[in-house]
Amino acid sequence: MLLWIAFSLMTGAAILAVLWPLRAGVAPAASAAEADLAVYRDQLAEIERDRATGQIGAAEGEAARAEVARRILRASAEVSQQVESSRGAETRRRAAAVVALVGVPLIAGTLYLALGSPAYPPQPLTARLEAQPEQTDISLLVRKVEAHLEANPNDGRGYEVVAPIYARMGRIEDAARAWKSAIRLLGSNAPRQTGLGEALTAQAGGVVTAEAKSAFEAALAADPKDPKARYFLGLAAEQDGQPAEAGRIWGALAADSPADAPWQGLVRDSMARVGATPPAAAPGPSTSDVAAAESLTPQQRQEMVRGMVERLQSRLAQDGNDIDGWLRLIRAWTVMGEAEKAKAAASDARTHFAKDEPALGRIDALARELGLGS
Amino acid sequence: MNPEIGHYALVLALAIAILQTVLPIWGARSGDAALMRVGPALAIAFAGFVALAFATLVAAYVQSDFSVLNVVENSHSMKPLLYRITGTWGNHEGSMLLWVLVLAIFGALVALFGYNLPASLKANVLGVQASVAVAFLLFILLTSNPFIRVVPPPAEGQDLNPILQDIGLAIHPPLLYLGYVGFSITFAFAVAALIEGRIDAAWARWVRPWALTAWAFLTLGIAMGSYWAYYELGWGGWWFWDPVENASLMPWFAGTALIHSAVVMEKRDALKVWTILLAILAFSLSLLGTFLVRSGVLTSVHAFATDPTRGVFILAILVFFIGGSLALYAWRAPALRQGGIFAPVSREGALVLNNLLLTAASAAVFVGTLYPLALEAFNGEKITVGPPYFNLTVGALMLPVVFAMPFGPLLAWKRGDLAGAAQRLMVAFGAGIVIAALAAYAQGGGPILAPFGMGLAAFVVIGAAVEIFERAGFGRVPFATAIARFRGLPRSAFGGALAHTGIGICLFGIIAETSWNAERIVGVKVGQSFEVGGYELTLARLEPREGPNYRDLVGVFNVRRGGVDAGTIESAKRIFTARNMPTTEAGIRTIGFSQLYVSLGDELPGGTVGVRAYWKPFVTLIWLGSIVMALGGALSLSDRRLRVGAPKPAKKPKAAAPVAAE
Repeated sequence: MLLWIAFSLMTGAAILAVLWPLRAGVAPAASAAEADLAVYRDQLAEIERDRATGQIGAAEGEAARAEVARRILRASAEVSQQVESSRGAETRRRAAAVVALVGVPLIAGTLYLALGSPAYPPQPLTARLEAQPEQTDISLLVRKVEAHLEANPNDGRGYEVVAPIYARMGRIEDAARAWKSAIRLLGSNAPRQTGLGEALTAQAGGVVTAEAKSAFEAALAADPKDPKARYFLGLAAEQDGQPAEAGRIWGALAADSPADAPWQGLVRDSMARVGATPPAAAPGPSTSDVAAAESLTPQQRQEMVRGMVERLQSRLAQDGNDIDGWLRLIRAWTVMGEAEKAKAAASDARTHFAKDEPALGRIDALARELGLGS
Repeated sequence: MNPEIGHYALVLALAIAILQTVLPIWGARSGDAALMRVGPALAIAFAGFVALAFATLVAAYVQSDFSVLNVVENSHSMKPLLYRITGTWGNHEGSMLLWVLVLAIFGALVALFGYNLPASLKANVLGVQASVAVAFLLFILLTSNPFIRVVPPPAEGQDLNPILQDIGLAIHPPLLYLGYVGFSITFAFAVAALIEGRIDAAWARWVRPWALTAWAFLTLGIAMGSYWAYYELGWGGWWFWDPVENASLMPWFAGTALIHSAVVMEKRDALKVWTILLAILAFSLSLLGTFLVRSGVLTSVHAFATDPTRGVFILAILVFFIGGSLALYAWRAPALRQGGIFAPVSREGALVLNNLLLTAASAAVFVGTLYPLALEAFNGEKITVGPPYFNLTVGALMLPVVFAMPFGPLLAWKRGDLAGAAQRLMVAFGAGIVIAALAAYAQGGGPILAPFGMGLAAFVVIGAAVEIFERAGFGRVPFATAIARFRGLPRSAFGGALAHTGIGICLFGIIAETSWNAERIVGVKVGQSFEVGGYELTLARLEPREGPNYRDLVGVFNVRRGGVDAGTIESAKRIFTARNMPTTEAGIRTIGFSQLYVSLGDELPGGTVGVRAYWKPFVTLIWLGSIVMALGGALSLSDRRLRVGAPKPAKKPKAAAPVAAE
């Protein structure tokens, strides 16, 4: 409301700029010839001055004087010929006033309604950072953690908390840097090292670089059973051109893992790729495996989530009328760092709800929020 | 502040500009004083609303309001305050808004200080100027709107472009725009004169302050841009004949020609048609410069915008204003009354020579800049026209201009005495020969360019002084009289002489730097030394340093000359953490008018660092000379004659202009 009052005042001021000079009773302005005369008189005076001080010779001065005098004569003649030509002035003024009263709001209003976004309030950053947490989005929370870390650069916990979030938001470089800081400040352990290795691998477009490899090796040094580190080391071997070694690592991983471990499928597919034979389905989980499952690391939990998400996807492929399901799927893929899959899911959802405006709006809003583009 | 207020102010400004294009010109055509008075009122309102829009955008930058797309794309909350402010015009949209703001300020200045102008001319000028504003506001609102919003706003902005985080960005674009856009006023005066069909000696006097203002700012803008490139790019070069630089040089040549031909017009009522053409050309070349930089047809350090729709829009603006004004010119110019006649050897003749050469130089730059583009557009062939072409053509054209410069002011109007002028310049000739001999001796062989060029520079500087002394009559009249006459000389005489001195100073710097500069590229370890330009530089230490949003690797060099300590130089390789982007922070030490320039390269294995070091003799004179030139323009601007026609207190108060009562 306040905004519209401001707009009205501004429009009023603009209209006033036209109406004010139109008011009657102002002396007529000097004509062009009169203004010329003022300049020529000054030129004449200057020539006199120059001649008096001897800066120009008498002959030169006389010639210049004659020239300026001719200009003065011409301008004076023009002044005397001038006639008052303000016939129809009243009509013109009225027309101008109408143009201003109608034209200004019309042009400004139409254009602004087409281009402006009056519904959006200003959002200065400091005000947003001070707002209640439940009113802010994840990216702002990250921003706050960042501000905190800037002030306390030795808070290892902070880096550890923010690193996986970076990875999910697709800020891979920041994730790698945060993991490195966490390791530097809190010491090495398996989750931190695998997190770092994974970020570095993602950064290199899926190639397990030497740096990533040494991170996974450090993870194994801390926890020889870490499945993720073992998987990636197998991948490193494959990429190094040692399929047999890769098959051996993955074989051991498959054998060590419970049969229903969510990564079994991935490991077995990989083994098939390098031509190794996966071990026969392992017997039921041992007591130690159950204990391990209870203390799942976040990464392992994520693998579990992947299974659930895949199930959701196949369900939606059969029956796609569940908009909330689609939104959950898009968000889930994004959270897991699978931007391509998220995009594919979003475009599938869009085709499915092509005729449903509100649903489309929700999909687009979510895609924007997640930074998926469109 | 709510960004929407700025957006609405901008839209409102467009509405005002449309009315300002129509109403005052209508008033001028029908002789209606009230309608003509609408022009100044609207010009002031227009400036107010554009300033409001600009201030809103600046506020959004300062507060990091990431609900504004332009702020998201071009700012970052970690930027220091100054660079958040300057970031407003460090991008395409913001810089176009600055362009229009400058346009609006000039319009308001005409409205406020043009009280000595005849009402109809003033109305037409403001109308024409508003038409330029309409075109650019449409361009901004439809293709480059800085007020587009994002919902939900992201948490952080994207841009921290380190090259643009520099004080140079705060100063260079506004100065350049003051120059570019300043010529819109002379353009408006020219088109207004063509519309009225009335042009005389008085017109030249009214146009002169605006031409001088624009010219002085353009001079400073170009010099500032050159210095910025010099210290920021790390190559030690101060002029690259980059198309963007050329784009600013072309209107400078045309503008320089304009301020000179306007003198002839004012004094002798001659060269009127030519002066009008120059006024049109100067602004057309400014528009062309804007087009070259803004459309993205070039790829250079300055090109931040690449969007074909914008290019086509600007091209349309270009065609409309240049084509339209030239068509109007072709139609109306033949009808203008011709003025005074003069002999070839005269003050007028000298100024015509100056004009022809400057215009030719402008054309040479134009061809060299646009020929490669045209060739690429027609058959896809990529060629570059490099410094040799420009040095040869512009150099060859500037040589006679500079040589003739001291002669011009010593020649009389109408019919001059060349031999007499030469005789009076004997002192300057002598100074030139002495300096040339000294330079040849200091150089001990080598290119002839250095002694010749320095001699010429000295000739110009002394020649400018001779002019003033001659006009005061020192040596010819009694000393006291000469002093009195010296005091009585108009400021514009001093301004002209000062600007000419500035050219001499600048020329000296250019010649000295190009002929005598020394360059060393070496790899050194800490403790090792090398020599450049007679100075011994030792890498004392390499140390990391933390800045607010960057990390520096600083190389500290001890400078010694002949075994005597001459201070230190710190040169840094700077990494901006947010973008992981390196820049070079050249270490510069000014010694007298010369500079030692050290630029740190990459760290090589084994602790060796690549270092580029330059000795640049008298290099600062290039920019100091430009500042002196601009000061000359300012001095000339303060001449009281430029304000003539204003109601004087001694006469009837309140009269808009002295009326022909006698």
